[in-house]
Amino acid sequence: MTMNTQGRPTAPGEAAVTATDTFTGNRALQIEEALLFEIGRYDVTGVDLDEPETFTPRLGKLARKTPIDLPGLSEPEAVRHYVRLSQKNYSIDSGLYPLGSCTMKHNPRLNEKMARLPGFADVHPLQPLSTVAGAVDLMAELGRWLLEMTGMTSVALSPKAGAHGELCGMMAIKAAIEAKGEPRNIVLVPESAHGTNPATAALIGFKVVTVPARADGTVDPEAVKALLSPQVAAIMLTNPNTCGLFERDVVEIAAAVHEAGAYFYCDGANFNAIVGKAKVGELGVDAMHINLHKTFSTPHGGGGPGAGPVVFSERLAAFAPLPFVRVTADGPVLVENEVALEGGETPFGRMVAFHGQMGMFVRALSYMLSHGGDGLRQASEDAVLNANYVRVGLRDLMSQPSGDRTCMHEVLFDDHFLDGTGITTLDFAKAMIDEGYHPMTMYFPLVVHGAMLIEPTESESKASLDLFVATLRDLVLKAKAGDTARFLEAPRFAPRRRLDETRAARQPKLKWEKPEPWSEAAE
Amino acid sequence: MRYLPLSGTDRSAMLARIGVPSIDDLFADIPKRLRVKGLDLPRAAGEMSVERTLGRLAAKNVPASTVPFFVGAGAYKHHVPASVDHLIQRSEFLTSYTPYQPEITQGTLQVLFEFQTQVANLTGMEVANASMYDGSTATAEAVLMAHRVTKRKKAVLAGGLHPHYRAVVETTSAMAGDSVVALAPDPAGTEDILAAIDGETSCVVVQSPSFYGHLIDLAPIAEKAHANGALLVAVFTEVMSLGLIEPPGAQGADIVVGEGQSIGNPLTFGGPYVGLFATRQKFVRQMPGRLCGETVDAEGRRGFVLTLSTREQHIRRDKATSNICTNSGLCALAFTIHMTLLGEKGLGRLARINHANAVELAEMLVEAPGVTLLNDSFFNEFTLRLPKDAAGVVEALAARGILAGVPVSRLEPGRPDLGNLLVVASTEVNTVEDRTAFAAALQEVLA
Amino acid sequence: MTTYFTKDHEWIRIDGDVATVGITDYAQSQLGDVVYVELPEIGKALAKGDEAAVVESVKAASEVFAPVSGTVEAVNVALTDEPGKINESPEAEGWFVKLKLTASDELAELLDEEAYKAFVETL
Repeated sequence: MTMNTQGRPTAPGEAAVTATDTFTGNRALQIEEALLFEIGRYDVTGVDLDEPETFTPRLGKLARKTPIDLPGLSEPEAVRHYVRLSQKNYSIDSGLYPLGSCTMKHNPRLNEKMARLPGFADVHPLQPLSTVAGAVDLMAELGRWLLEMTGMTSVALSPKAGAHGELCGMMAIKAAIEAKGEPRNIVLVPESAHGTNPATAALIGFKVVTVPARADGTVDPEAVKALLSPQVAAIMLTNPNTCGLFERDVVEIAAAVHEAGAYFYCDGANFNAIVGKAKVGELGVDAMHINLHKTFSTPHGGGGPGAGPVVFSERLAAFAPLPFVRVTADGPVLVENEVALEGGETPFGRMVAFHGQMGMFVRALSYMLSHGGDGLRQASEDAVLNANYVRVGLRDLMSQPSGDRTCMHEVLFDDHFLDGTGITTLDFAKAMIDEGYHPMTMYFPLVVHGAMLIEPTESESKASLDLFVATLRDLVLKAKAGDTARFLEAPRFAPRRRLDETRAARQPKLKWEKPEPWSEAAE
Repeated sequence: MRYLPLSGTDRSAMLARIGVPSIDDLFADIPKRLRVKGLDLPRAAGEMSVERTLGRLAAKNVPASTVPFFVGAGAYKHHVPASVDHLIQRSEFLTSYTPYQPEITQGTLQVLFEFQTQVANLTGMEVANASMYDGSTATAEAVLMAHRVTKRKKAVLAGGLHPHYRAVVETTSAMAGDSVVALAPDPAGTEDILAAIDGETSCVVVQSPSFYGHLIDLAPIAEKAHANGALLVAVFTEVMSLGLIEPPGAQGADIVVGEGQSIGNPLTFGGPYVGLFATRQKFVRQMPGRLCGETVDAEGRRGFVLTLSTREQHIRRDKATSNICTNSGLCALAFTIHMTLLGEKGLGRLARINHANAVELAEMLVEAPGVTLLNDSFFNEFTLRLPKDAAGVVEALAARGILAGVPVSRLEPGRPDLGNLLVVASTEVNTVEDRTAFAAALQEVLA
Repeated sequence: MTTYFTKDHEWIRIDGDVATVGITDYAQSQLGDVVYVELPEIGKALAKGDEAAVVESVKAASEVFAPVSGTVEAVNVALTDEPGKINESPEAEGWFVKLKLTASDELAELLDEEAYKAFVETL
């Protein structure tokens, strides 16, 4: 079998139990909250509407016969329910959120205000174009900023997230190869890559070949050259890579890839490190997605929505999907369909209904305008400065798999410093929760044992980093001193202790079901 | 710069601690000749300045609330209760990441569990995932899933499928090397889709209410599909319709996908929206996207976690069911809160108001000379055949301050036979005055 | 009955011309709690090295390869409902498939118990 050593414990184990002894199960501000389905009622609604006057329905024979089973709450109940639930979440607004590769930076509220202007939030994607000129202008302006920052030729704004942007970029590469009539079907992916890279390549029929990493996690151009052939369509490279390092040999790799007739896809997840410092177009990149929800701070919202515009080099520019904004002397034009194409425009198809994540475009442009070219560059410098400050503060106590060297915007540690303590990366992360921190990204990248990937972002003050470093140092010393219970029982103070993921996966319970006595009573 | 906490003094002290003379030393791995000197972009701007710049762009657009508004075709203008937008802007929801540390993200997780239950119940299915990007990408994912389940590669798309959804499925399928049989646009709602299903069909994709507004009886299609070993993928773009019409799950659908924007989410020129995805329990391991499941913590208390994640890209890599990573969490939250406020009672009433308004509007509009209604059945949207080019009529009505609907030619260009068709939607936001104004203006424009 | 092992952490127990295949105790300890198993169809012909099954823990999915060529004669359907058997009893009740051998000369390439133990020591 393929050995995957990511099988860390996923059930709580034998941790000591300290049961709550309050009547309610509440712990002061931590209030237990039942499911909506347990507190809602079928005859309650929090929206006042008048029943329409009598009319003749036009539903044919398809009028609903079966009840829906959707209980309702009045407004005060609903507000309390969701406020209480919100209080069980950690957030960037409440503390440092050092998730490597996720770029949890401050989300300015100005951006929320701008996205809610009726001229953006209350316009329909298929209104007559004469009534949405400002929306098209905004898309053009966002595109202009992205192209200037990356040194690329064209942009596809429509992809809805990073992985969707990857798909867009790889589809453009596939279209370009097919246009040339070449039989290329292999995509090279370094082993340190995000899981989305191989998943994306495989989805559209490419065969994935893994490029081994050097000891420091970077890609060896010789290893790439050895794999290049007339069958290779592209390489997918993250730069800076998932170990937090800038790929020093990226230009040489790009040249070799182009020499072999292949394309260079860059995963832009870590773009926050190099805005205003390097232009990917000048590194030889042919396509790169940009996570607006990372680099340009559109809120993560508990897992989305994101936005993943893709910038293309001249070699791929013509293949950008519909819709796109054509910039003309008379102003920007939204090109929505094949009939509107002009010479040299050969889009590979369409990724989404309508025109992409407009709400995210507004927020991202608001962020960009606020920073300006100078502020964007400063933000990248501060992000890199902060990561290195954390690195230097911890390097004598924690172990760096790449050796003691400068990192970009995130710093990677492995778990060797925990050898012999009986404490794993997972335990260490959970102990951070008790100290009031969201853990870093753990067990990624896969090439590093027990990886801990810390990305503080530019949003943290020096005082915040000093406390974070002091906290981690204290935890390491406690781990080495044999204070094992602190780690194995963690988290002790969170709204929940460790959860039994094994049970969740063995007997999946994916929606609320009426308890048995309930259904009997109903019959 | 107001968003950057480090002061000049801080930066100097930190560089000294790191042991490098300048910030450029931290970027030493970037080859010198490639280091950017500066960007050709404006300098930093204060809040007032940004508000002015973006405010000017916003002012060039016509918001739906300011005019009689009848545009639908996949995105719908509905009223969203004030508390929804307040609650989704709670810091703890807005600025939290994917719930990878369940002990400190039970808020997001419980919401996802409630969302999954609401979507499953609404569609009449057994399981739903924690949301997709939007309806169109959910449809493309449903087709890929049907290929995995049936081990076949040919999808049949009904002529009533939203043209953009069709294009997204066609693009994905072409790239993945799968085949698609897309039936011709079906504005009359009369196509014989049963004839297109054969022993090689992986799935038949049917939208109801269709792009043209027709309610489609899915049961016979499900029957023919199942007899041929194929799946029925049922699609909707107006989730509110499920408050009033028989759910796809009760009509035999195997996968139900659609757009959830109508509940809780503003129009926002097309996104972000929220894709809904539901299926049968037996297919759950073939499902794309995140799933939240119930479990217990070390003290035996109920809690929620992301589960069955071995289907996903971060573990399966090139063998994943999909490359999806991000979902539409905040839009799903808005959906769940709005749906909770409505409840079964409110949703049913809201759906009846939508239907009643559309029925009344259709009756008024067919009074205009040469206008015919193509629908026997519809929910809050229908198709009219006008006596002349619909795009021109829409422009003429826009000039009169009425946003009248979507000319089919905007989505089906190069099809002169569809040039006179107009898709019109009416929701609870339209007043009788709006409808009267529309009908009168249409009379004028067609006169 | 003779039991062989592979460096991919599968065990193969030979009874006549039928080989029972599973994963070793070391493999299950590395995987963590197994939550799901995907088994091949009965009658499927597997060449040595083909994917015979997929075993999933919460955080990992791993392919189990056919250590020898053969036709699938039986699969352990009990694992579908109780995948935990793989953790509890990996080398007995947690077996995956029974293969009717089609190239018994391949057995010579496998490890015996002692050699496998020595191999695991090196990990």
